Amino acid sequence: MSRPLVGGLESPDLASHDTPAHEREPHVPVFMGAVRQELDEIVARYPSKMAALLPALWIVQRERGWVSEDSMAEVAVALALTPAYVKGVVTFYTMYHQHPVTKYFIQVCTTSPCGICGAEDVVKALLRHTRAGELGVPSPDDRFTVIEVECLGACGFATPIMINDEFIESVTAQSVPEILARLA
Amino acid sequence: MGYPHPSHPRETPILSRHFGEPEARTLHGWRGRGGYQALEKALGMAQGDIVNIVKDSGLRGRGGAGFPTGMKWSFMKPGDGKPHYLCCNADESEPGTFKDREIMRWTPHALVEGCAIAAYAMGAETTYIYIRGEFTEPLVWMDRAIREAYDAGILGANAMGSGKRLDVHVHKGAGAYICGEETALMESLEGKRGNPRIKPPFPAVSGVFGMPTTINNVETLAAVPAILMQGAEWYKGMSLSNPKSTGTKLYSVCGNIKRPGTYEVVMGFPFGEFLHDVCGGGVERRKLKAVIPGGASVPIQTMAEAEATLMDYEGFVAQGSMLGSGGVIVIDENQSMVRVIARLARFFAHESCGQCTQCREGTAWMTKIVERIRDGQGTMEDLDTLLDMADNMTGTTICVLSDSCAVPVVSGIKKFRSEFEALIQGKRFYNVLTQVA
Repeated sequence: MSRPLVGGLESPDLASHDTPAHEREPHVPVFMGAVRQELDEIVARYPSKMAALLPALWIVQRERGWVSEDSMAEVAVALALTPAYVKGVVTFYTMYHQHPVTKYFIQVCTTSPCGICGAEDVVKALLRHTRAGELGVPSPDDRFTVIEVECLGACGFATPIMINDEFIESVTAQSVPEILARLA
Repeated sequence: MGYPHPSHPRETPILSRHFGEPEARTLHGWRGRGGYQALEKALGMAQGDIVNIVKDSGLRGRGGAGFPTGMKWSFMKPGDGKPHYLCCNADESEPGTFKDREIMRWTPHALVEGCAIAAYAMGAETTYIYIRGEFTEPLVWMDRAIREAYDAGILGANAMGSGKRLDVHVHKGAGAYICGEETALMESLEGKRGNPRIKPPFPAVSGVFGMPTTINNVETLAAVPAILMQGAEWYKGMSLSNPKSTGTKLYSVCGNIKRPGTYEVVMGFPFGEFLHDVCGGGVERRKLKAVIPGGASVPIQTMAEAEATLMDYEGFVAQGSMLGSGGVIVIDENQSMVRVIARLARFFAHESCGQCTQCREGTAWMTKIVERIRDGQGTMEDLDTLLDMADNMTGTTICVLSDSCAVPVVSGIKKFRSEFEALIQGKRFYNVLTQVA
């Protein structure tokens, strides 16, 4: 398949941009073999190829841990879109990582219902016990990142947190050390 | 039932009856509880008759707007030669709301069955269940239930041997509150940024992929099988107040309440007794100060208003608020209303899609001003500015996210003005515990 067009021009080679070192490594395609087949099965569920974009990006994140510009370009080719269009969608949604993340990515709900039940204390405890110290900053051992997240939809189990894909309910400042100790 | 607590004798558990029973999650367990009898019955009925039963039952949308479900379904005309679609809105992200999460993780087959019945009634072959990306547990259970249903021939090219094709697919969101707005959900489903569309055209004319579409909330669809089995009269009978609000409603109760959880009561249940008796009242006997009864987008109620409310669509409106999604946020006297409202405003500012100026700019400025007041840097003029901004943010945008941000700010200033003024005048917020100490 030929490169998609951007503004009527052939899209530039993304590697020619001033991109961080981790992106300059040659891109190993995600959609090969069984993964390609998985995508084809998803595409068949919709009347348009474009509708498979969110699922395709989820597959990329599952396989690679984040969504690089090279991956976006690969998704674009697979679904007959432009890389710019794909990036526009990726940047709209908060759950796609546009950079590599630490082994454990911890999201704490601090919206009002959890906020009035002690979510701030949970955030403080997580920052202290992971030694990250600051929101969004990787811990010194590069294993943990803690961020605040908007309503996780489990307000009756304040405070819910997500560690990668694991959803943990009713976390308190006191239970934080035990939860972190469980992680390898 | 008040999951995770045992059922309260004053509840009427219909949707929530099997919450907490791991067996109910499997096809075998669900069939043992009467599952898929309603779908079997539906597939032997004329499509119009199903729509009429739902119409007669008085079922209204449980996602927030309260639009009559049967009427919504009747806008879809089977046999017009176009593909029809059913979308199930499972993007539950309204702060305070977590009822759909319980339906999906405890009784996933109830939702599959509801979707299948609705899809058949509207001549839709394909249903998409749009589940927010953070709901990892509901996603697992819904996927599993759908796979079981396909394997058993309940879904697929020949659904339950009826000769009809019924497909149900899960579509996983990726973190955007706005995708719970029906037209934004459709955009997102099509692989776009979740920007709401201008209406009209309404979804029943041109919805997802430009085709006639109906979009219903999880709780609405999950209520359908029981209505079909037990009849419209039975459902209508479950109301203590008025004939416009019928059946049972799930309320997810959170915040400063003794027994937070998901409760199910009939329409018209007295809200005061619900809070103090069914949910156990305040934590450590602290006095309750305010309630946001229908998710963050509805006006804040004072306790006097809440205690005078009958829990139905009209009852909440009569007491200065709305039923909304049924996400009840309870706030006690230890909390600063300004802090609560500032955090809600920040939520809406974060979640604005940015299409409309009033919303993109308004939600951000509102957050800055309320946070300034919270931090003791506000002026009296700020209160007027906020109210003035709220005017410009209400009814002027493509969707109602902008209005939703204005709602807690306006109702907060109106009903708890003294707390704002105290902070502006340099007083700190003292909660009861600090005062005692």
